[in-house]
Amino acid sequence: MSVRNLVFAAGLALGAVPAWAQDAAPPSAAVPAIAVPQVEDEGLSGSVTDDSAWRDLGVAIPAFATNRDQPTPANAQGTGALGVELGRVIFNDLRNNGLFRPAGPDALPRPGYAQITAPSWSTWQGRSAEMLVHGYVRAESDGRLTVGCYLYDVALQQQLVREGWVVPAAEWRRAAHKCADLVYSRLSGESPFFDSRIAYIAETGPKDKRVKRLAIMDSDGANHRFITNGQSTALTPRYSPDYAKIAYVSYLNGNARMYVYDIGSGNQTLITQSSNPTFAPRWSPDGRWILYSMAAAGNTDIYRVSASGGTPQRLTDGPGIDVGGSYSPDGSRIVFESDRSGEQQCYVMDANGSNQRRISHFGGRCATPEWSPRGDQIAFTHIAGDLRVAVMSPAGGSLRHLTNSWQDEAPTWAPNGRIVQFFRTARGSGESSIWQVDLTGRNERRLATPVGASDPAWGPVLP
Amino acid sequence: MRKTALVMTAVGALALAACAKKAPTELPPAPQATTPVTTSGPMPTPAPTGAVPGTQSHFAQAMAGRDTIYFDTDQFNIDSQDQAALQGQAQYLQQYPNARATIEGHADERGTREYNLALGERRANSAKNYLVSLGIGAERLTTVSYGKERPVALGSNEQAWSRNRRAVTVLLN
Repeated sequence: MSVRNLVFAAGLALGAVPAWAQDAAPPSAAVPAIAVPQVEDEGLSGSVTDDSAWRDLGVAIPAFATNRDQPTPANAQGTGALGVELGRVIFNDLRNNGLFRPAGPDALPRPGYAQITAPSWSTWQGRSAEMLVHGYVRAESDGRLTVGCYLYDVALQQQLVREGWVVPAAEWRRAAHKCADLVYSRLSGESPFFDSRIAYIAETGPKDKRVKRLAIMDSDGANHRFITNGQSTALTPRYSPDYAKIAYVSYLNGNARMYVYDIGSGNQTLITQSSNPTFAPRWSPDGRWILYSMAAAGNTDIYRVSASGGTPQRLTDGPGIDVGGSYSPDGSRIVFESDRSGEQQCYVMDANGSNQRRISHFGGRCATPEWSPRGDQIAFTHIAGDLRVAVMSPAGGSLRHLTNSWQDEAPTWAPNGRIVQFFRTARGSGESSIWQVDLTGRNERRLATPVGASDPAWGPVLP
Repeated sequence: MRKTALVMTAVGALALAACAKKAPTELPPAPQATTPVTTSGPMPTPAPTGAVPGTQSHFAQAMAGRDTIYFDTDQFNIDSQDQAALQGQAQYLQQYPNARATIEGHADERGTREYNLALGERRANSAKNYLVSLGIGAERLTTVSYGKERPVALGSNEQAWSRNRRAVTVLLN
């Protein structure tokens, strides 16, 4: 699971082939320190990264080189072919997310191993590529892979950043995502997000007999896996912050109940003992608490319970439906929806349930609020005729729609708070699919999933 | 892992068995309706032959559509039409005092998933409370919400949505 991060020695001689990777160090801060813009204070808008100059950078990503083409469990054709795949994963990460103007291995010449640390500049100049990504892959005797990643400024003929990782062969894609994250972070100033996973609900069958299964996949759709078999309806999964568990709702016993599924063991537990339906599970940022909603005699309130079980604490107690809380990144506050005013609106309260106050006053309804991991925005479903995904400040100001379709709902944030995923339902057929859009609202795309898909839940960046 | 899968399979089968008992609620013709539907006229006292009294199939036939009540958008109040249907259900339940029932609450597709789960629960409880007010013991009635997950009308229009905003009483055999 863990990806070992290689720390570069400061005075490393660059002329040689990359032998540095043998100096493996224990895991450390995953990404080199870079100048990151300060998170805006709440109430301020303008945290949209459109029109930034970096968006137009041409980035060349040729195939990764290898010191010796040799067998690896990661690729039947050996490490040479794996180097091409590594480049493709990085290229697709950037291209599919509308980042930069990338060119991939299939459109570029392939550098040799020695050129990884000494690029052939003349090859890359005149290709409208301002930036060049080089990398290599090497199979180690223990079956693992060492992957190095270098970012160069072509005009300056200068290395901007480099990093290396040692990964189990089965997790070779993670090294490519780490490299894409390195490139993205260094060029945009934003936090990484590619090396992360998504839990969601896979949907098959006709509208009145739809089968809903819990499923997981990497942020780019790879390593897809169904977790439940579909015999009982599964809904609204959420990854625990450490990716060890998934909280979700299942009709396993005939009624909606919140379960926590342990990915390692395959066991699942019922956290709360109640004959009432429990749903809308949400983890606290530190993973110690689970928020959920429980309906009793038709009235729904929000509770929190220790992730290891115990006595739940009721956080809301008014008449009406209170549902779907989401913690602020520091865990001090919770945004949730309530129809206590007569219709769904968004409210904020302290983590202990005190200081409940309405924040949405812009007309229409406010549903499924999700606090950005950066803390500066809240994404939600705005219901005004159609259902659209929108963002607002934590104080309820600066409403902006990110989508405009018949029915888009249930936004979930990328770990860096710059992209939102949601699910879109088609009018008539009711077929659902997962989409994502960046905060400019311009780069919208559908995620490829094997079958219909809803309720995406994006987890944090892997260590 | 394997053990869990087995348990899930077994319980899943139970859940399937439970939903197979669901009432065939057909008032206006559904888009896929293959059998002609009789709309409810005066109360049919003698139930059709075949079904065993006190069972779900007997109940559904005897109710002739009045096993289901319908709601306006986002509403969960019991109007006069609902009252008439629930009175019919209460009469039946009084006639068969050993019968137990679950009330399934549903919402239309034009809302968010989790809110609709809560809304369906609210609707099922409205129906339950009314039956209790008519003298049916609360211990004989359970509720379940399916939110917007189990529509009966498949269109995306007001007519379909009005049929999906419902609470259906189903006898537990």
